This record gives sequence, C-alpha cells and structure tokens, in this order.
Amino acid sequence: MNKKEIICFLLAAVLLAAVASPFASPWPDGLEKIAGDKGFLHKAETGNIITSPLADYNWPVLKNTRLGTSVAGTAGTIIVFILGWCVAKLVSRKS
Amino acid sequence: MIPLMGVLSAFIFAAQMVNFPVISGTSGHLMGGVLAAVLVGPWAGAIVITLVLAVQCFIFQDGGLTTLGANIFNMSFAGCAAGFFVYNLLRRLIGKKIGIAIGTGIAAWMSVVLAAALCSVELALSGIASLTGTMIAMVGTHSLIGICEAVISCLVVNFVMAVRPDLIYTNPVANR
Repeated sequence: MNKKEIICFLLAAVLLAAVASPFASPWPDGLEKIAGDKGFLHKAETGNIITSPLADYNWPVLKNTRLGTSVAGTAGTIIVFILGWCVAKLVSRKS
Repeated sequence: MIPLMGVLSAFIFAAQMVNFPVISGTSGHLMGGVLAAVLVGPWAGAIVITLVLAVQCFIFQDGGLTTLGANIFNMSFAGCAAGFFVYNLLRRLIGKKIGIAIGTGIAAWMSVVLAAALCSVELALSGIASLTGTMIAMVGTHSLIGICEAVISCLVVNFVMAVRPDLIYTNPVANR
C-alpha cells in the first residue's frame, strides 16, 4: 500500500467514526437486549475495575453529546490505527 | 501487510461503533472477523480482532475486562478460524472473484451465528443463563445481524477486489 492509499483507507475509517457513529442506533445490541430480556444484564455490572477518560465512547468535556461520541470515535480510530501498525511491525519482524 | 493491518484495525474499530437497527428494540454492528481474515489471513486477522477488542475494553470500557478473554476467543475463533475455513473452502470450490465474494458472505453470516452460539454456551457454563432459552434467542437474533455482517463484508471485499485485488489474502508467503 502506498501513502495515498493508506491515507484514503484511514480517512474512510475516521469518517465512519466521526460522522456515522454519532448517529448509530441507540438500541441495545443482540447480546445486551437478550441479557435484559432474560434478566442477566445486571450481572455484567461489577463496578469499574479500570477507569478511562473516554469511557462509553464519550469525551467528558462534551458529555453524552453526538460531538463527544464523534471525538471519542475519532481518537479511538487513530489509536487503533497506530497500535495496529506497531503490532503488525512487531509481529512481522519476528517471522 | 503492515499498513493494511493498521488501516484494517482502524476500519473495524470504527465500523463496530456504528450500530444499525435489526428488529424493533435491537441493534447490531459489524464483528469483522471474516473481513479481517479475508484480507490479512486468519492469524493476522485474529491479532487485528484482539487489538480492536483490547482498545474497546481498556480505553472505552466496552465489553468488559473479565469477559475480554471470552470475547477474543469467540470472535477470533468463529471469525478468523472457522470463518476463514468456510471462506477458503468456498473460494476454492467456486473459484475466481465470485468465489471470494460468495465465500466472504456465507462465512461472515456463519461467523456471527457461531460466535453467538459460543457466547450462549459460555453464559450457560458460567451459570448465568439457561442454555436452551439463551441459545434460541442469541442464534435467532444473530441470524439477522449476520445478514448485515455478510452484506458489509462483501461490499468491503468487493471494493478491495476492484481497487487492489492483490490485497486479498491468498497464501502465507505472499509478500505484500
């Protein structure tokens, strides 16, 4: 992949996180819905073992807003990209 | 392959944020296991999925630390191992680009249903839910979510085939 392709693909991912994710369906996903229906959702609430400033895909400064989700999603996408790159480099060097 | 793993991880992470409604009151989102395996192979694909799940867990507190292992197992086993097996079988049987597309679609659907079934078994083994009831509900709902997984995976793979067909994983020694 050349530089232009990497930027294009990455941009597509960032756009997805920044523009589409704030408008994602607010309904619970398959497992969460069934957990609620079958009455075991509360068992997932064990209290926080770790705390992160970007918990629940929100940025505290813009708490619970679409913009907060957008910022958190963009940050996450870039973090995953960098980590993915580094891990791939680490793994491929060994083989 | 290194840049592809980076952008693929980023894309799957972003796509997993976009929940779409499946039936009233329930949504679904991309899993990406088969998509990753088709593009970078099953082993690297499992690393991509693990990375996405780890970031969701540690940075966004989504998925849960105590269930991270089960999540990684379900999605990389169902998506990257079993999913890639089904995909590769169909790709070889049918051949050509259409084989890649059909293989991706069927494997993607199957991977989501299998991951849901594995999750039901784990919940039952943990004594959290009854096996039969949870299994029926999980497999039923995820048969629908799986259709979306198949459509999205197919669209992305077809797009990659159109612009950079060499990026589709073919054999372990392919140097990309």
